[in-house]
Amino acid sequence: MTDVGRHPRIKLYTMSEVVDVKGYVGNFDVRILKKARYVDEKECTACGECANACPVIRPDEFNLGLSSRRAIYSPFPQAVPSAYVINVNECLGHNPVVCAKCKDACDKECIDFHMSDEEILENVGTIVVATGLEVYDPTEMDEYAYSRFENVLTSVEFERLINAGGPTKGELVRPTDRKTPESVGFVQCVGSRSVRKGGSYCSNTCCMNTIKSTLMLKEHYPDMEIKVFYIDIRAFGKGFEELYTRSRRLGVKYIRGLPGTVQEKSEKGLRVAIENTSTSKLEMHDLDMLVLAVGMKPASSTQKLQEMLGLQLTPDGFFLEAHPKLQPVDAATRGVFYAGCAEGPKDIKESVTQASAAAARVIRIMHKGEITTEPITSMVIEEKCKSCGICAGVCPYNAITVDVKRKIPASVNTAACAGCGTCAAECKFDAIVMNHFTDEQIMNQSHALLETEPQEKILVFACNWCSYAGADYAGVSRLQYPPNARLIRTMCSGRVDEKFIWDGFRMGAPVILVSGCHIGDCHYIDANHWTEKRVKKVHKKMIKLGIRPERLQLEWISAAEGVRFAEVMTRMESLRKDVTPDEIDETVRVLTAD
Amino acid sequence: MEAKMVVRKRHEPEKEAVRIGVYVCHCGLNIAKTVDCEKVAAFAEGLEDVTVSKDIGYACSEPGQQQIKDDILEHNLDRVVVASCSPRLHEPTFRQMVQSVGLNPYLMEMANLREQCSWVHMQEPEAATRKACDLVKMSVSRVRLLEPLKEDTIPMTQRTLVIGGGIAGIQAALDLADNGYDVVLVEKSPTIGGMMAQLDKTFPTMDCSI
Ligand SMILES: Cc1cc2nc3c(=O)[nH]c(=O)nc-3n(C[C@H](O)[C@H](O)[C@H](O)COP(=O)(O)OP(=O)(O)OC[C@H]3O[C@@H](n4cnc5c(N)ncnc54)[C@H](O)[C@@H]3O)c2cc1C
Ligand code: SF4
Ligand code: SF4
Ligand code: SF4
Ligand code: SF4
Repeated sequence: MTDVGRHPRIKLYTMSEVVDVKGYVGNFDVRILKKARYVDEKECTACGECANACPVIRPDEFNLGLSSRRAIYSPFPQAVPSAYVINVNECLGHNPVVCAKCKDACDKECIDFHMSDEEILENVGTIVVATGLEVYDPTEMDEYAYSRFENVLTSVEFERLINAGGPTKGELVRPTDRKTPESVGFVQCVGSRSVRKGGSYCSNTCCMNTIKSTLMLKEHYPDMEIKVFYIDIRAFGKGFEELYTRSRRLGVKYIRGLPGTVQEKSEKGLRVAIENTSTSKLEMHDLDMLVLAVGMKPASSTQKLQEMLGLQLTPDGFFLEAHPKLQPVDAATRGVFYAGCAEGPKDIKESVTQASAAAARVIRIMHKGEITTEPITSMVIEEKCKSCGICAGVCPYNAITVDVKRKIPASVNTAACAGCGTCAAECKFDAIVMNHFTDEQIMNQSHALLETEPQEKILVFACNWCSYAGADYAGVSRLQYPPNARLIRTMCSGRVDEKFIWDGFRMGAPVILVSGCHIGDCHYIDANHWTEKRVKKVHKKMIKLGIRPERLQLEWISAAEGVRFAEVMTRMESLRKDVTPDEIDETVRVLTAD
Repeated sequence: MEAKMVVRKRHEPEKEAVRIGVYVCHCGLNIAKTVDCEKVAAFAEGLEDVTVSKDIGYACSEPGQQQIKDDILEHNLDRVVVASCSPRLHEPTFRQMVQSVGLNPYLMEMANLREQCSWVHMQEPEAATRKACDLVKMSVSRVRLLEPLKEDTIPMTQRTLVIGGGIAGIQAALDLADNGYDVVLVEKSPTIGGMMAQLDKTFPTMDCSI
């Protein structure tokens, strides 16, 4: 930690938050709000004279209120930076006439009540998001009585109690009587693996953290009775099973089943009722203290950053990586990377591994001092643009700027454009050209296909990343399906313009399939939402025109769903067979007259 | 610093007719067992703007690529269709191939005769051959309209913003800084360290965390 404070290449802003990010890979403009510390960070030697003089006494949040500190304080002895900090809301001295005892006590004159919040601008090329975790607050789980009984603690509070640097210098005492407990129970999965409260995911570290705690207790207090209530113990990492075995050998009892109720008895003892799921018996356990192994939640700022940087979240609320296996530290937004628990619950070793991986990925795109942009991007034909602003609204990457009020035509930032083609499909005035996937290039393909015997053929639009890959996978698996479909590849299903569909029907296509990645898996954040909307719109128009909407199908097929692709092809073929030549003729007539 | 905006010229209608080369790959028997590759090549020869059309044993092999490159130079081809496997497999290979003889890599187009034809219609060789002809025809009509594209470079600020000063942020910042890159580390609390700073001993080593 101290290396960070000293490193000539690291500029550290504490008490700071990123409030705005503009730009794109290679060139992000970042606005940072730095809160006033009221103590000169560089000059303060952390002598502590100021705190001795301060008359305000407050619970110390670092020790979760288990000890106290002054209004001017150091968060903890090894803090970086080591400088003291004033909590303004607690301090009396903002008007020095009132107090200013600390200011007088500091010989170096580091304290300045006139310091104010600062806004800092930085320009960077890449961003690593490492906002970590928040621990679950078990108050809502009333069955564990965390807010009612003082001797029910969270694992984080327990950590401070057995910490040699903590409020009790590492002595474990009960909050109610400050005596060493004779028996301690641990409850696992608090706020994890539950569909009702907290998260439905496993928090990954709480089993091992409890095992660690039992070992520490057994080391200090070999006779202490220790019980762990669990669903199942997850000791999957290197060296983990060994610690678990050691804990059991030392006499820690592992009891399968979570408490149903916790009651307080005389002298603040606790009675825990559990259904032991190994024996199916109801059991009562009397304990002096209960520790709740609380799970992890995403950091509170996650959503704000997600919006600011155009990132994606998993249903659990953690950041979503570009690819769960092959790009585990990349965000889908180019130039943004993840490290640590921001991406999901993990332990220190995994956090460090991921951080080093993120650093390597950053260096990979940064080391040349320039980056190449993909040429498959969209561009605006200014003369045709009516400045309606639709394109800017649909772009998942905020790559388009258009001034609707002042009628300034749209312009595409090619460095930010990822090339999905949604804007080109949505522009009503054909003012956007999608390079390498222009209207003409795509329609030339469907024309070539439907020129002869259109009634025999199934026109399929498939996105490069999922459905086209799914079709390839069907091939690799040698799945056999009817030979009537022909695929046109686009990068994203969002590229499939309404007019491609009408044009296909006008050319005599019996059925058309639009296919893309599943909702939520889109390679272009959420561009396939627009595909879905568009297809719905076309369906409505088809009904109005008397064309059976079943003739246009929309399917989500992932790269791994070869089987599904083959099934869809078989279904499309039976739909095709249902379309009579008369029906096709009628459609062609309606659309040509249109 | 402003990144330069990339403006490209729009497609001006071509005055000169394009010269397309079509290569129908057998992939040993992977394609040829089901699809009549010679027939497909002969069909392609009759398509508009196709200057050369051949079937070829293994397009991606050294001799296969050499043959296509020789043809490009000899017949002055300016567009190439490789009808073989999935572009998700060999598009980079063939883009590089045409680039090595001076053609813009975006003027090469593939038709997927293996994953999406021969391998999935093994019992229906005639229908598969008809489909292969369609796929090649579609690729030819697409390649005719393709335009050369250029990759642009934009400047990269060699500085990284790390948001969050827990163990993950600390490690990323130090790795980057030790490699000679400037880092801006933003932490919302008065000290870095995050959750780990509150732990005494940590699993699996059971030693002190800081
Ligand atoms: C009770 C408990 C015990 C544990 N015991 C162990 C153990 O023994 N061994 C082990 O390997 N792991 C253990 N872990 C897991 C370990 O704590 C995590 O793996 C590790 O802390 C993750 O580091 P991080 O940097 O990703 O996140 P954090 O440690 O959470 O750090 C994130 C940092 O980012 C800051 N931040 C958040 N949002 C912003 C923002 N918007 N702007 C600026 N800064 C921001 C936070 O203030 C914090 O400093 C334990 C976890 C818990 C809850
Ligand atoms: S690590 Fe163990 S205690 Fe934590 S959520 Fe997973 S199973 Fe439950
Ligand atoms: S949607 Fe089309 S017309 Fe509207 S602003 Fe964008 S480019 Fe211009
Ligand atoms: S192609 Fe996609 S990413 Fe690019 S500007 Fe258009 S909508 Fe945005
Ligand atoms: S190019 Fe593709 S289809 Fe042809 S030989 Fe190589 S792998 Fe097989």
